Amino acid sequence: MELEKLNKILEKYKLDKAPIMPVLQNIQKEFGFISRDSLISVSDFYDVPLQELYGIVTFYSQFKLVPSGKYEISLCMGTACYVKGAEGILNEITSVLGITDGECTEDGMFSLNNTRCLGCCALAPVLMINDNVYGNVKKEEVKGILEKYM
Amino acid sequence: MVNIKIDDINIKADKDKTVLEVARENNITIPTLCYLKKQNEIASCRICVVEIKGNKSLVPACVTKISEGMEITSNSKRVLESRKTNLELIISNHNKDCGACFRNKKCELQLLATEYKVNEDRFGKLKEFVQIDEKSPYMIRDNNKCILCGKCASVCKKTQEIGIIGKNYRGVKTKLGCAFDESIDDTSCILCGQCIMACPTGALIEKNNINLVNNAIEDKNKHVVVCVAPAVRASLGEEFGFPVGTNVKDKMVGSLKEVGVDKVFDVSFAADLTVMEESYEFIKRLENKQNIPMFTSCCPAWVKFVEKYYPEMTSNLSSCKSPNQMLGATIKNYYAIKKDIDPKDVFVASVMPCLSKKYEKDRGFPNEVDYKDVDVVITVRELAKMIKQKGIDFNNVDAADFDIPFSTGASTIFGNSGGVMSAVLRTGVETLTDKKLVKLEFDEIMITKGIKEVNYKLEEKIIKVAVVSGIKNAKTVIEKIKNKECEYHLIEFMACPGGCINGGGQPIVPSDIRNFTNFLELRKNAIEEEDKNLSIRKAHENPFIKELYDNYLKTPGSEESCRILHTKHKKD
Repeated sequence: MELEKLNKILEKYKLDKAPIMPVLQNIQKEFGFISRDSLISVSDFYDVPLQELYGIVTFYSQFKLVPSGKYEISLCMGTACYVKGAEGILNEITSVLGITDGECTEDGMFSLNNTRCLGCCALAPVLMINDNVYGNVKKEEVKGILEKYM
Repeated sequence: MVNIKIDDINIKADKDKTVLEVARENNITIPTLCYLKKQNEIASCRICVVEIKGNKSLVPACVTKISEGMEITSNSKRVLESRKTNLELIISNHNKDCGACFRNKKCELQLLATEYKVNEDRFGKLKEFVQIDEKSPYMIRDNNKCILCGKCASVCKKTQEIGIIGKNYRGVKTKLGCAFDESIDDTSCILCGQCIMACPTGALIEKNNINLVNNAIEDKNKHVVVCVAPAVRASLGEEFGFPVGTNVKDKMVGSLKEVGVDKVFDVSFAADLTVMEESYEFIKRLENKQNIPMFTSCCPAWVKFVEKYYPEMTSNLSSCKSPNQMLGATIKNYYAIKKDIDPKDVFVASVMPCLSKKYEKDRGFPNEVDYKDVDVVITVRELAKMIKQKGIDFNNVDAADFDIPFSTGASTIFGNSGGVMSAVLRTGVETLTDKKLVKLEFDEIMITKGIKEVNYKLEEKIIKVAVVSGIKNAKTVIEKIKNKECEYHLIEFMACPGGCINGGGQPIVPSDIRNFTNFLELRKNAIEEEDKNLSIRKAHENPFIKELYDNYLKTPGSEESCRILHTKHKKD
């Protein structure tokens, strides 16, 4: 089923002059991330070196190489949040969940992304879990917040 | 043509040229780090900046085209200070353990830093130490020394069209690497070594095996034999300050003798052996109409390329081992027995202009049950380092000759693209037609060009041959064969553009020479010159070859030949 979807995307842009970006974007849209296997498929189908594709995928922040967890944590690393101690929050999340920026827990429950400004600097430091916003987060509160989702 | 001025000198030049090119033509030196002509013109290092009258900011000379009335200053105080600052910025993130670095004194960054008297610590260090990729037994990739010039990536992608290494991530996080940040050892790299040749610093380098040779020399029980490839004599001199294209054969052998090895043999001899076996195999395949076109198999990087990328074509490869492996096998199985030495006590060290020969010796051949054909392979660079470390005065060393019985070869030209083909034709034509060749130079396949095609008429039969060097060109030819767009009988393939004279184990040519002189032509001439002066120029007329067949191998393609000189290729 998944392979069928992938092949459809690969075929769709076969005649395009510059197919790589739309193909990668579509894979990301369809599966939520770009798996190692799908990147290898793109490389084989379009005869583009695997490294070149990896270079593209790691260059643009829109692409993800790991799947999102059931709960996606977005931690703001914008200027205001940063000076208000976002890095401490990041370390706390890492010590609780064992993941850092761009990673997903093994059970697929949590994934973590460092983001730029979320638009509510007055609440700095800010983090979001799916659509829920948490403001004025203190290091000591992180564990409690995460436990609500466990 | 347009009129410009560089440093107040009036110059007339072609309008399509860049400031850098015109300056160089007029003997004005502008330093570069990231520039590689026609391959890496990305102006990322900003070392070649110059001032142009009327321009507010400095411009990079490597990508700026000249235009009418342009007034360029290449050495104003502003230019020099700017270059110095740029160098200081680059070097701040560079791991400066220069003394221990293999590229010490040959590093382009170090040379420029010395020239511009930079303050290495002006900006501190911005980047953290990163893991060195040492997994491969043959090469090391050290991103702590990488200056992100991208030359390795461009030769891998553009010249070789393999694209194993390139830029990943973005901004300050940018780093050269492979897909999924894997070790180069886990990729489909064919170890051509062209990336090492392009690297301006010590970020890419072969694994150093000098100590293995030294240990063997000091081991009283070992009979140490050094085999030197044909292309080495044309380039080793560069490491000792001789001009490009100086043949230093006598000094090279003399130095090796002084280093203390027992025998020094010429791989040209084994090239003759390859010619005998390969011509025989080719004629047989031609008669049986089997696996034609036949691909030569002297180049292990090329063989690895076929095995990795075109496994369905491996049966087209000649079953011959490379000359180096053939010589190793002959030394252990014939020479050792004749000399009454246990083959296990013979240590074969080869000096190759090549990185992939390091890999080839480990790939495992069917005959290698109790001992390997070749024990260690070192590059030309390693040999030079070894000679220097041993305190040998290369310039004044006593000349010496290769040792008998593997002292001469008719096939020195193996080192050039087209050389294998020429040597095979010399023997093949005479064997097939019983006529003596009058002219031994097959000029049309010896020119410096990526793909060369020629038809030869042999007794009513047209033999179509091609000579291909560089993997990009090899890919083109293989695709054509697969699509039945062309027909050949015999094709010589070399992974490095120009053949072994440009191999991945050769002395690294400074950017300025690489970009602005035809250094390959010079190295090639040195080898052709030697070929012209040889008294025996056909493999089948080499008396030692005759002796080897009479006393041991019997005939090409015999049971013993097949056992020690041939192999089976993998279908990866």
